[in-house]
Amino acid sequence: MAALDLVTSAGGGTWRFPANAPLRLDSGGVIEGLEVAYQTYGQLNADKSNAVLICHALTMDQYVASPHPVTGKPGWWPRLVGPGKPLDPARHFIICSNVIGGCMGSTGPASINPATGKAYGLSFPVITIADMVRAQAMLVSALGVETLFAVVGGSMGGMQVQQWAVDYPERMFSAVVLASASRHSAQNIAFHEVGRQAIMADPDWRGGAYADHGVRPEKGLAVARMAAHITYLSEPALQRKFGRELQRDGLSWGFDADFQVESYLRHQGSSFVDRFDANSYLYITRAMDYFDIAASHGGVLAKAFTRARHVRFCVLSFSSDWLYPTAENRHLVRALTAAGARAAFAEIESDKGHDAFLLDEPVMDAALAGFLSSAERDRGLT
Amino acid sequence: MSHIREDFREILRLVRPGSRVLDVGCGEGALLDLLAHEKQIDGRGLEISAEGVAACMARGLSVVQGDADQDLDHFPDRSFDYAVLSQTLQATRNPRHVLDELLRIADRAIVSFPNFGHWRVRWSLLSRGRMPETKALPMPWWSTPNIHLCTLADFIALAADLNLRVDASAAFAGKGPARPMNPTGALENWRAETCLFMLSRNGAAPIGELPSVSDDLFAG
Repeated sequence: MAALDLVTSAGGGTWRFPANAPLRLDSGGVIEGLEVAYQTYGQLNADKSNAVLICHALTMDQYVASPHPVTGKPGWWPRLVGPGKPLDPARHFIICSNVIGGCMGSTGPASINPATGKAYGLSFPVITIADMVRAQAMLVSALGVETLFAVVGGSMGGMQVQQWAVDYPERMFSAVVLASASRHSAQNIAFHEVGRQAIMADPDWRGGAYADHGVRPEKGLAVARMAAHITYLSEPALQRKFGRELQRDGLSWGFDADFQVESYLRHQGSSFVDRFDANSYLYITRAMDYFDIAASHGGVLAKAFTRARHVRFCVLSFSSDWLYPTAENRHLVRALTAAGARAAFAEIESDKGHDAFLLDEPVMDAALAGFLSSAERDRGLT
Repeated sequence: MSHIREDFREILRLVRPGSRVLDVGCGEGALLDLLAHEKQIDGRGLEISAEGVAACMARGLSVVQGDADQDLDHFPDRSFDYAVLSQTLQATRNPRHVLDELLRIADRAIVSFPNFGHWRVRWSLLSRGRMPETKALPMPWWSTPNIHLCTLADFIALAADLNLRVDASAAFAGKGPARPMNPTGALENWRAETCLFMLSRNGAAPIGELPSVSDDLFAG
């Protein structure tokens, strides 16, 4: 990549697409001067074989292993990434970039449209998971990496990993897909639609042009987050954590947050609006709804992976995940098997719901650590 | 390597170097690991427990959580040279379908099972009038996973019905070494405690000369 334009600090920066090679989108649109914000951890080794790409989920970002600049919270995947962890900056060159359409530095609907000098808002083109991955592939090349040792992600991150295996199988050695799906179900789309409608029903949304009016649809975005958050947890986990416990003695006989679960959800909603853009939420949920790998391969998922036979896949699902249930993950594994790819798959027993992939699950930890270390051995990294 | 299970030793003998092997019910991957090291096979596994799969992943094995009844259907035709089903056929819901599937996805199936026609089983039932509990079948009737037990003669009849050919057969007793047997021999249905067969479809290319049972691959 000759026209490398790296505005980089140690361990991260923003990469701008060269003017002569804009990102072409599935929708047919083009984004001029697209920027991709990313973080890196560790060093690329001499033969450039130790690079790992981590793909983030819907509301995550590139700060996988360093403090979040807005919330100050530590990296979001400490169980997987860090010193002594399966992905270790001492051994791996770890890349994590904000998806396009996002709001943590990569170009998205909140970015300024150079043609108008105003925020894109709804004039931002609709993007897809494949568009996100295409941008990542360009970034990875710009960072001097031809082949990734592993592409890793959970939930929407797992969708990107699958898309990598479809579009760039020759550029990856292994793939880790956690709690994901190869297409959105009607229920998945339905929950996302509730979230989008909540945002668009907020009077401060202003047809998506809220930035021009100096307001933000915070109430709508908070409700969207509250509804989505329920889908990330299991019913037993909610019951165990909150039951019918009250915030204070007695009922208010009104509509305050009497129950602890209400207070918890309100907090989830109100803290989310500090770090996330409402229009980004619309665009990224849309990208997930449009995601359907089989659709572009004659309706046969296995056909999508025929070029990925050499890739070793690790797919894990969680027994209480009703957002991307085991059946969806198994559907992917069967397609990988039918394609002749090297797939390992396990359903982890957990009552923590969809979010389990980020939480303390010893069997998952053992499986992931084992998978990655054996892949490292076969890649000649250890 | 004296701790190798005798049936694994026999499978190791049968499998050709560098072949593609599917181990159905692979546990923690001991057999696949052994075959990978000794015969440089390209192995895949199917295992019902998440812990077993996790252990296999740690060994670098490509193993999918699933079972013989439900997951064989998703493998493409003739994607393996061998499909191994060790001591599991009798625990499947539809053994006939499973056997048929093994020989759809692989050119050869290696299948072992406890012989319900063994004299100890017959004697146990005859003398006590209770469901047999023997070394090969140690669990009581109410907790055994074995829902489709068969005798050697039953198995041979099923294989014939599916138009399968027996390419190799061996019998085990206790922890002793394998001995070759004639599966249609009059006394084998009494003598063989555990049977192991290698099968292929009639009409498939015949397998070449097999090493004799007495060859010790681990000698020296």
